[in-house]
Amino acid sequence: MDFLLSFLNSMPGAFGQGLAWGIMAIGVYITFRILDIADLTVDGSLATGGAVAALGITMGLNPWLALLMAVIAGMLAGLVTGLLHTACGIPAILSGILTQLALYSINLRIMAIGSGASTKATLALSVDKQPLLVSSRYIREMSLRNPLLLLAVLTVVVIAVLYWFFGTELGCSLRATGANPNMARAQGINTNTAKVLGLVVSNGLVALSGGLLAQYQGSSTVDMGRGAIVIGLAAVIIGEVLLGKVFVNFALKLLSAVIGSIIYYIVLQFVLRLGLESTDLKLLSAVVVALFLTIPYWKGKYFTKTARKEAARNA
Amino acid sequence: MLELKEIYKTFNAGTINEKRALNGVSLTLADGDFVTVIGGNGAGKSTLLNAVAGVWPVDSGTISIDGIDVTRLPEHKRAQYIGRVFQDPMMGTAATMQIEENLALAARRGKPRGLKAGITASERKEYRELLKILDLGLEDRLTAKVGLLSGGQRQALTLLMASLVKPKLLLLDEHTAALDPKTAAKVLDATEKIVQRDRLTTLMITHNMRDAIAHGNRLIMMYEGRVAVDVSGEEKKNLTVEQLLSLFSQASGSDEADDKLLLG
Repeated sequence: MDFLLSFLNSMPGAFGQGLAWGIMAIGVYITFRILDIADLTVDGSLATGGAVAALGITMGLNPWLALLMAVIAGMLAGLVTGLLHTACGIPAILSGILTQLALYSINLRIMAIGSGASTKATLALSVDKQPLLVSSRYIREMSLRNPLLLLAVLTVVVIAVLYWFFGTELGCSLRATGANPNMARAQGINTNTAKVLGLVVSNGLVALSGGLLAQYQGSSTVDMGRGAIVIGLAAVIIGEVLLGKVFVNFALKLLSAVIGSIIYYIVLQFVLRLGLESTDLKLLSAVVVALFLTIPYWKGKYFTKTARKEAARNA
Repeated sequence: MLELKEIYKTFNAGTINEKRALNGVSLTLADGDFVTVIGGNGAGKSTLLNAVAGVWPVDSGTISIDGIDVTRLPEHKRAQYIGRVFQDPMMGTAATMQIEENLALAARRGKPRGLKAGITASERKEYRELLKILDLGLEDRLTAKVGLLSGGQRQALTLLMASLVKPKLLLLDEHTAALDPKTAAKVLDATEKIVQRDRLTTLMITHNMRDAIAHGNRLIMMYEGRVAVDVSGEEKKNLTVEQLLSLFSQASGSDEADDKLLLG
């Protein structure tokens, strides 16, 4: 009974985290599913988003403006990865790792700006002193201050804008690039530009998520993005496995990544209450992603074999 | 319309796998020429088409289309002049996108792509009409994913896409080779229709000598990275497979009339 109560008690928090990470999962969906690139930049750009937003807010900027700056910083990170990949010919995965690594140093510097120190690993925010857009403190309140409200609105806005964008000529050229680069080039699409643009948009969203997370949890830390790609992938894959058959429309596909993210955090709360340490979560995430990527592969292998056997029997 | 001058291309230069694929090939196509290309495996047919399409840069020589030097233009920029259909039915279309979305992508070949709608209602109507030409029932499946189509349907769709914006040059790289004979005949028939309708300047590679003779107003045979035989006009019309083989033997200086050439 205690177990159930404390689990239910943790639900609002799981929804809050799930929604904030959900925007990040949408960013991962764009690279992983639309462009067919596993972009590891996100581990760095999530923290960059958090660092820039937190810095802006501590310096007295309007939190919306701080969030906008975070998005721009994330887009720049995506631009760097994109140029390393297309203009310098470095494989996409390695390009992402390089940017991510470089961002670690940069994020330490960003958070130290104006503090006198040369590097800083955390930047605390307080909802008492600063006008934060979202804060986990109000997660149980039935008021407009409840972060779930704003996070849900932002999620809907992000999905609506992306739905429109991927229906435009430019958006279609991105989808074509991911679906079949040979065909895309034969139809006059500059696949390099499309990849860079996709990485820019994706990392902008990831940084937006980072900026929201920093406010939500009351601090920006240099390692807040560690393993972010795995969480994003887990969200995308959980959403696809559970809702892929029902959610066919593109906007719903994006929504399923967000729902996957919420489910991910609900499951985490559950296993935490089973006695796992929060430091075990990375292991758990890795196992979940590995399993969900393996199952369809093995299913395909197994299925083909039975099909072959059946064909042999019928012959 | 198309002018190739002394094109050389060597793959894996300096390694044991070095292969001189194009050996100073020169070729000029007049406006409206429909040229069929034959030749044995490794003769440089596909390499020739890829050189024109700009898949990779050539080692030397110049390529111009309608008087415009395109030698240094990247593939996606040359696409504004060129329509292409590939041997592999998977290559010319985006499987995870709808039929109408694929057509809409092709309708914007050579045009700047901005934030306007990727497909409009009037386009849908137009595509429905155009798909009827193919006679494959695709006009009722506009929103179906291309991945659900058969190889023949995909090739026919790719052909339609290649000609949606009238290209200065149509490149067909054995586009019926992966299809069963009946479907191949149908796709070839659609090809003939579209080429005639738009008077397209066309280069068509084929493994089938009969097809090479039956279609087009000119036939070239490639051998070791060069054009070995070039027949056009009345001579092309009255050509037989036997004559073609003897022409090839003369040109290549051997009488081993490549079996592969015949059997393909």
